[in-house]
Amino acid sequence: MIIQTIMFYAFAAVTIASAFMVISSRNPVHSVLFLILCFFNAAGLFVLIGAEFLAMIMVIVYVGAVAVLFLFVVMMLDINFVELRQGFLQYLPIGGVVGLVLLIELVAILGVWTVGPEAMTPYAEPNTTLGAATNTEALGALIYTKYVYAFQAAGMILLVAMIGAIVLTHRSRPGVKKQNIGDQVARDPATTIEVRKVPPGQGI
Amino acid sequence: MMEIGLSHYLVVAAMLFTIGVFGIFLNRKNVIIILMSVELMLLAVNINLVAFSAFLHDLTGQIFAMFVLTVAAAEAAIGLAILVIYFRNRGTIAVEDVSRLRG
Repeated sequence: MIIQTIMFYAFAAVTIASAFMVISSRNPVHSVLFLILCFFNAAGLFVLIGAEFLAMIMVIVYVGAVAVLFLFVVMMLDINFVELRQGFLQYLPIGGVVGLVLLIELVAILGVWTVGPEAMTPYAEPNTTLGAATNTEALGALIYTKYVYAFQAAGMILLVAMIGAIVLTHRSRPGVKKQNIGDQVARDPATTIEVRKVPPGQGI
Repeated sequence: MMEIGLSHYLVVAAMLFTIGVFGIFLNRKNVIIILMSVELMLLAVNINLVAFSAFLHDLTGQIFAMFVLTVAAAEAAIGLAILVIYFRNRGTIAVEDVSRLRG
């Protein structure tokens, strides 16, 4: 138990600290790297709480895809980040006030709020197990039965996002030589071969 | 204090969410950092869902955390695509004069 407590505080502290570095670091590349650290530690929190599958998905999707996407964009675009930093302090007071108010409200809710015993009782028979040995198995047993339509909808969202991203960023550049398969298939000897009579002793 | 309960996780999530909101205000010009702040806020939501799921012994929260993750990935892809074409057209990513984006 003591190990779990120590690990929780370690993961939580690094998560919060790296999240703060994400928004305050000077170089956006550092921001992305701190975002990766933040996601790794959040995955650690998930493992501690018993959601192993989600932790692994977190690492794969966020660190492997989203953060790398951010890194690509930050490094690909030639952006003058010093210019973007101007006015950083101008927004500090208003942002600080809004953030502080929000944090106080959220913590105040937590201070007076507890889970009612009657809220706990319907779930006294946990569907966490569902007769399954692991968290992944239990999730699979639930997601492909009860939530299969939501699962399909999630797939549609990803498809739409993929097509949308391709359509948005695709541009047809002039002057690029590409293979045109239709033209190649449509060729026949009549249009490509020309028989010329070459007189002897002269060229064409 | 030694026993880690639901409220510990909720406090962590609340702090992460606040940092996300704070980041949006702080980096008003840099849309990349704004997108990262949105990711942080979605991470806070995910932590809330998973914490409730674990402490109430109901797996539904974890399933919906997965859907939130899906939407977050889609949102990041679309957002960055829009950012790339915006940069291609304007040569900057300062979002203070985004009102010119219309039309």
